[in-house]
Parts: sequence; C-alpha cells; structure tokens
Amino acid sequence: MAVRKLAPEEMQPESFSFSSETEAFAEQQIAKYPPGRQASAVIPLLWKAQEQAGGWLPRKAIEAVATRLDMPFIRVMEVATFYTMFNLEPVGQYFIQFCGTTPCVLRGAGDIKKVLEKRIGEQNHVTADGKFSWLEVECLGACCNAPMVQINDDYYEDLTTENFEKLLDDLAAGRPVKTGSQIGRNRSEPFEAVNTLQDPSLYDGSQIGAWRKRFEEQAQPAATGEAAAAAASIPQDVKAAKPTAGRAIESEAADTPAKRAKEGETPVNPVDQKEAGDPSVATKGKSHTEEGAQAAPQSSKSYVASPGKDAVPTSPTTPEAGTPLAQAETRRDGSESKPGVVVDKDNKTS
Amino acid sequence: MAKIIVDGVEVDVPAEYTLLQAAEAAGAEVPRFCYHERLSIAGNCRMCLVEVKGAPKPVASCAWGVRDCRPGPNGEPPEISTKSPTVKKAREGVMEFLLINHPLDCPICDQGGQCDLQDQAMAYGVDTSRFHENKRAVTDKYLGPLVRTSMNRCIHCTRCVRFTAEVAGVPDMGALWRGEDMEITSYLEKALGSELQANIADLCPVGALTHKPESFHFRPWELTKTDSVDVMDAVGSSIRVDSRGREVMRILPRVNEAVNEEWITDKTRQIVDGLRLQRLDRPFVRENGRLRPASWQEAFATIAAKVKGTDAKKIGAIVGDLAAVEEMFALKLLMQSLGVRNIDARQDGTVLSPTHGRGSYLFNTTIAGIEDADAILIVGSNPRLEASLVNVRIRKRWRAAPPPIALIGENADLTYPYEYLGSGPETLAELAGGRHSFIEKLRAAERPLIIVGQGALVRPDGLAILSAVASLARDVGAVKNGWNGFSVLHTAASRVGALDLGLVPGEGGLTTQQMAQGGVEVLFNLGADEIDIAPGAFVIYQGTHGDRGAHRADVILPAATYTEKSGTYVNTEGRVQLANRAAFAPGEAREDWAILRALSDVLGHRLPFDSLNALRAKLYAAHPHFAAIDRVQPADTASAIQALAGLGGAPGREAFTSPVKDFYLTNPIARASGVMAECSALARQLKLEAAE
Repeated sequence: MAVRKLAPEEMQPESFSFSSETEAFAEQQIAKYPPGRQASAVIPLLWKAQEQAGGWLPRKAIEAVATRLDMPFIRVMEVATFYTMFNLEPVGQYFIQFCGTTPCVLRGAGDIKKVLEKRIGEQNHVTADGKFSWLEVECLGACCNAPMVQINDDYYEDLTTENFEKLLDDLAAGRPVKTGSQIGRNRSEPFEAVNTLQDPSLYDGSQIGAWRKRFEEQAQPAATGEAAAAAASIPQDVKAAKPTAGRAIESEAADTPAKRAKEGETPVNPVDQKEAGDPSVATKGKSHTEEGAQAAPQSSKSYVASPGKDAVPTSPTTPEAGTPLAQAETRRDGSESKPGVVVDKDNKTS
Repeated sequence: MAKIIVDGVEVDVPAEYTLLQAAEAAGAEVPRFCYHERLSIAGNCRMCLVEVKGAPKPVASCAWGVRDCRPGPNGEPPEISTKSPTVKKAREGVMEFLLINHPLDCPICDQGGQCDLQDQAMAYGVDTSRFHENKRAVTDKYLGPLVRTSMNRCIHCTRCVRFTAEVAGVPDMGALWRGEDMEITSYLEKALGSELQANIADLCPVGALTHKPESFHFRPWELTKTDSVDVMDAVGSSIRVDSRGREVMRILPRVNEAVNEEWITDKTRQIVDGLRLQRLDRPFVRENGRLRPASWQEAFATIAAKVKGTDAKKIGAIVGDLAAVEEMFALKLLMQSLGVRNIDARQDGTVLSPTHGRGSYLFNTTIAGIEDADAILIVGSNPRLEASLVNVRIRKRWRAAPPPIALIGENADLTYPYEYLGSGPETLAELAGGRHSFIEKLRAAERPLIIVGQGALVRPDGLAILSAVASLARDVGAVKNGWNGFSVLHTAASRVGALDLGLVPGEGGLTTQQMAQGGVEVLFNLGADEIDIAPGAFVIYQGTHGDRGAHRADVILPAATYTEKSGTYVNTEGRVQLANRAAFAPGEAREDWAILRALSDVLGHRLPFDSLNALRAKLYAAHPHFAAIDRVQPADTASAIQALAGLGGAPGREAFTSPVKDFYLTNPIARASGVMAECSALARQLKLEAAE
C-alpha cells in the first residue's frame, strides 16, 4: 500500500461547506439510519464531500462531515485514513487509478505504467496544468480486459501504449472519449471469434421466464402416499427453478433433450438448431447499447429495472426510515428479487 | 451461573463472564495487552489465546463468553485449557509477531522494569527473531506536556484510545491509517484536553506512552513505595508515593473501588515537582517589613511575646485546605487552652457546619453509590474540575444506562450530556416549586441523587440555598430507607475532617472572613493560602510553600506536606484515610503536630501528648470515628436535612460559579509546580480555542 499522508497545510483550503446537493444527499443518507445512529452515514458523506471538493478530502471537509454527523473529528479522520478510496491529497482533474496486479501486468501493464510515468510523472503527483495524477492500485476486478485503468468513475480497458496515449491526449484536449474497452469489443466477450450466445431468441425477451413457465405447466402435484407427504413438506413458494437440495422431486423438472429422446421425440428441435446456427442473426461485433437496440424485456419482479419499460417502481426502492415492514411499498426481506413471491401488502401468509 | 472447567478445575462463574475472567476465577493467569477490566473489549492483541475443547483453533479468551461455549457431548461443562502446548505455541507466535516491529531499546526505555511486554516476553518470547526485513518506523507524536511518546514501541492495543473515549470522555485520540501503517495519535497532534490524560501512560502496556515530567529520572526498582492518600481535592484518591532517598519521584494510583477505581487526576500525579520547589525550609521572622531566616527558638519567642500580650478575643486561627486531622486537632486543643473562640477551618467561607449534624456536610451517597442513582441533579458544582473522579463515576453511571441528569450552575462540558436547567437560586426555586419538568423525573426516580457543590454554598446566601436543596431532597424522597441521595461535594481535603472536629467559630467567635478582614490582632494561619488577610494583624503562618500565606506572614513556621507526614484525611464521603510518610520534609521543616506541640510549650499551655501515637489516642478518644480507617461512618442524614430544610431563608439571585477557576492551580503545592503551570497555560489556550 502506498504511503498516504495528509495534504500539507498550505494546500488545504480555508474552509469547506456542503453544497446544497451534498446537503440533500447527506439528508437522504442519514434518513436511512435510526435517529442517533447518523454516524453510520459517514462513508457516503465522506464520498460525496470528496466529490464536491474535487476528488480529494481536505481537512476542513473531514471536519464538516464530523460536524454534520455529530462525531468527534478524530473518529471521522480514522475512517478517512483507513479507506484508500479517500484521497487526502489533491488529485488531478483526471485521477487515474492504474491497476498493477498480476493479470494486468501479464497483459502489459508495465508499458502502461511507463506511459504514465513519462506523461504525468511519479505517483501522487499532479501535473502542472492540474489535469492528471495517477496512483497504482490493487486489482480493480476487470482482469478479462487487462490491462486497464480507472479514470475518475470509469474503467478504460484493453489498453495498449498507443490507445492509452491517445486516450490521455483526448482527455487533455477535452475531446469525448469512449469508456470501457478501447479496442471495440463488447464488455468482456471474446474479442476475436465470438462463438457463443448467438441465438437471437436470447435477446428478444422470449426466453425470460420461459423456463419457469414450462416447469409450472408440467409440474404435477403428487397425489398420495409418501410423495404427497414429501410434497406437502416442501414450502409452498419454493423456488422451482433452483435445485431443491435433497428433496424428492416426483415430476421431471424440465424439457431436456434426454427426456425427449426417451419419449421418442427428436432430441433437438431441428428448427431451433437451424435458428441457432444462422449466422445472419449472430451477435458478432454488434453492440447492445447501439442506438435502436431494444433492451431485453424483463420480468417485473426482476431487481434490475429495465429502462424501456414501466417496470420502474414509482416508489423509491428504499423505504423511508421507520416505516414498518408491513407498510413498506416493497418488501425488503430479500423476497422481492425472488420469482414466485407475490408481494402481499397485508403480510398474510397465503 | 455457569460451570466451566479451566485446566481441569471446575469453577462456577456468571454466564456473562469472559473466558479470561473465568480463567482468573480458577486461578489461571492469562497474559494480555489490550484487555483491561475497566475498558471495552478490543480483542486485538491476541495474547490471551486459550484452547477451548472442541474449537478448531485457539480463541481470544478476552472476547469469548462463558455462555458461548458449547457443552461436551454428554452435557459436561465446557472445558478450556490455558497451559496446553497448543496455547503456549500460539502465544509464542503472537509474541513473535508483536516483537517483529518492537524496538530492542529496553535499556533506554522508561517502561523497563514495569513493562508488560518485557514481563510476558520472559514467558513467551523466543531468543531470536526470524524477521529479516526492516522494522517499522513511526514518528513520535506530541500529546501534551504529560505524556511522552515513542511510537516505534506501540503494539496497537488501543487502550489509550479507549480510555480517553470511554473513561475520560474526551474523544481526542484515535488510530489513523491501517494495517502496518496504523498510528495512534491525537487529532492533528493536539495536546489532550483531559484532566485524566496521564492515566494513558499507566495503561500503556509497553513504553510507547510514558510520563513526560519524570522520564529518564529513575528506574522503578530504585524506588521506595509508600501507600498514601491524595489531598489535591476532597475525593481522597488512593495513591502510592514512590520516593528515592529524600525525594518523592512519582505518584501512582492505587486500586480503590470505593473511591478512585484505578485512576487519578493529572494534578494528583504530576504535582511531584511542586513538592520540592518553593519550599519553606526554615523559620522566618519579619523584621522591619522584611522576612529574615530565624531559628525555631526565635520564631517561637516572637510568637509567645505577641500572644501573651493579646487578649484571647483578639486571637484567631484559620486552617487551610491541606491540613491533616492531627494538626487540626492539636490546633484546636491549643486554641482551647488559650481560651480562643475565633477558630475556623472554612477559608472559602462555606456555610457547612457541624451544628446541623454530620449528614448535612457529607457526600452521603458515597462515590461508589453514584452508580446506583437513577436520577442526578447537580447544584452549583462543576464536578469535572472540583472532583474529577466523582465526575468519572457519574460518567460511568451515564455510560451504563443514561439516567436523567440535570445541572443548575455553570453550563460546562462535563463529558456527558445533561439537562441544563439554569444558573442560579431562582432556577432551584422553580424546580422545587414544581415549575420544571425535571422535578417529575426526580420524583419518579427510586434513588434520586442531589449533589450540591461549594459553588452554591460559599456565598452569603449559602445557608438559604442549602436549606432549599435539603427541602428539595426531602420532597423528592432522596433520603429514605436504603438510599441516601443528599450529597455535598467538597473541594478541600481538610474540610470534612475539620467539620468532624468542630473547627468552626465557638460562641461569639469570628469566622474566617471576619478574622481575615481585621477582626483579630494575632492570627494563626495553618496553611490557608487562598485567602487575603488584611494588613494590621500579626500573622503566624505554618505551612509548606512560599505562597500567598507566607508572603503575608510575620512569622513563618516551616511544615511538612502530605507526603512528608503521617496524617489522617477525611474525604468528601466522610471516609477516614491515612496518608503515610514517604519522605522527610526539607531543611528544618517539621511535622505540623510537632510544631504545634513545641509552640504550646513555649506559650505555657503544653499539649498533652509527646508522640503522634499519643496524639492519635487522644483524638480517637474524643472522636472515635477517626479510628475506623478506610471506612465511612454513616451519618443521620434524614434528621440533618430535616434540620436544614427548616432553616429557610431567602436565596439571592446571583448565578452559581464553581470555586475551582483553574483546575491545575488550586493549592500551594500545585502552584509551585512547573508542570501544573504548563498544564494550566495549555488548558487556558484550549479553552480560548474552543470559545472561538
């Protein structure tokens, strides 16, 4: 871990006060916790204060957070110095966190580091124009697209000396830059021969829920005897699509090629096979975020709201502090993301 | 209660005990660095590892409850081992890690000889290190004038952080950074703002925090240890005075659950240099307006000449804050034999007096009893400055489960939140009249505690206020069977003893203020340094330091401080405690009772004792409760508050102010101390900064 220290006194601003946006954010965060427990919001507040102060935490900002949360200064200082995401010294307008962990190094991070050293200078050093500073950090979890850097809030992946130089040039000149992969691949899919996930039905929404629907249609309740007892012992809202560990499942769960073969059907539907192999609908080289591309329709119970549909809940996802569980708009007991669970506002057991 | 087997010994301990406590109950010793009985459990040093039967690996015994242990397969009690080879190996491993970064500077470390790490390394340390990298280097921190730091030695036990935050109540210290880079410091390396800060150096199990004033002056094994009692305030903390030869080298706290637990204030600890500075080491006599050194005979002759030519009505005696019971008793006998009625031991002018009964001036609840109170009202006191360890008890009570606490007086930071009712007698009257919501809480409380401080009593209307407080205490049921919630907080170590002796003006006698303002021609001043004596009177000062009393004196009789004599002190609870002699007084100075005995001979009224034991025999015969050392003689408070409440009177309108203006400079010893002067300057600066 790099040696961290507080910024020298001459760099510290005279004062710091929350902007109205930060203050609104603070109120929202503090409301998440019961009265008297406002200190729990210290990390989000420090984070927001860092954002407001231009990517680093001046001493006055730490004190402002402490005052806002009614905490002793030293307690907030402990948190700010513990977490390395809090920069205690000024950073450049573009703060580059360079990943120097093994996968990136194997993929050529050493060259990227040389570029940084050549163009910016040593770590923790802001360029004269205030544009750049950089810091070597541990793994940022984008090993598939190594080497990579994080600049402010975004990842820039698949770097080479050339495209990284160009990226820095563009940033310095204020030109728009592309986040993510710099060699045009989509997320972390194979960057040359794309051989998987090419079935268009995967992307038109028809697959969503199909598996479960088929299961629900085929599953027959056990009628008598041991099987009935076993079935009765299964919780009513068991998640069918998941293996029910150790429990007796009387009906076969799914339409599998093996089952079809057993029943004398063609194991694989030739139509399906043909569609899957059709190169004209392959997704090769096609970006999902391209204009006009339809986001996959989603189940309304999915915890990921789809931007194209009205699935966005009208109420905030986080209930207001102090709302009794039964009156909350949505359940917060984990069941909201599980299929097959109907939100029961009266909280009655069905 | 839960049964547990420790090293084959079955013990029955409360289920909420930790394994460490259970092991101690079974007589097994468990090494530890971070664990401390009076602080929260951190569990970060890992030195207290023990083996629990059935657990896959050793567990930290300080952080594992007895109730969390699984019983054996057939329901046997859980079994732990503190001496098995696994445990020894685990502790050796922990010790090796601790020593990786710990410097090998024991020969130049002040903690040497009293160091937990040193001691435990003897048992668990290995003789070589397998660590070949560089040791960690940490810059030393500034923590104020009382604590020296050497942060390379720190093992991150966080005892100091927990003490300042939990007991002292000033969240000044913290651990910054993390992992190997972790550093213990105060915020921006400011000096600590607590009057108990030096205790962190006692708590430090290594030499990272040591006492700055006494650093590099001695080794602990060179010192002679004497158990004694503190006189800096009326709490009477138990202390141990360590001396080398004639000189007191340091003062340490002694564990006394009833009084100070195991903390002492910085003033108690660090006035050591005041004991040797500005001392009066020979008698002086004023001639032609200047004091000149004299012999004892000359001094006594001068006094005798003056006293013999003066009417007993024009002779008076006042007593200071540091006097022991023995010399006050001797003075009382001497004055009685001279027929003097002008005798008063209340130099601050407090209205407390033995006429209303002993219960009217004691801290009847007792200091330990604070922990049982379920509503607390403080009237005219700032306990943090007047009796810091009483304040620590209130804070301890507040931390356990916050009771309603309210204060009438100065709105000061007491380290715990309280309801501020008002500043003066009017608020008290409103409260008593039921026009304050807090009265409901007091009435509802089963064990209400009302603390009345000297700020409310050292004023002309003090008796009316005391009467009002007493009637309030009676109304809310503060004094009843099994609970005594009427408590007077004193600020002077000598006061309760003096009141027990009856050192108040006799019939027609003058009070201290009257005597000081010219009511007498000859004034015998036994160590009263916080009072101005008007010109005119012939003043005989018997004391220890060249302070205000000595400057005003016409004859100075050099006496002994509390570390240089064996004396009885009675603390604010009425607890009789004995201070023992740890060193000898400098030069020709003598013990106070012996001076009075010698003087009485010259005056022709020889006191009837020739030794301290003979004096004590007389004292105990006259006042038997002084013989009950370390105990509190219960007083009849119910009738005392009945009597007080009956006095009535019209309180004034002035706000209560604490008599302690500067915590660090309340008595002549502290005023002579350079360390206290530095602390005082720093505290003023902190106060100014806080006011900004």
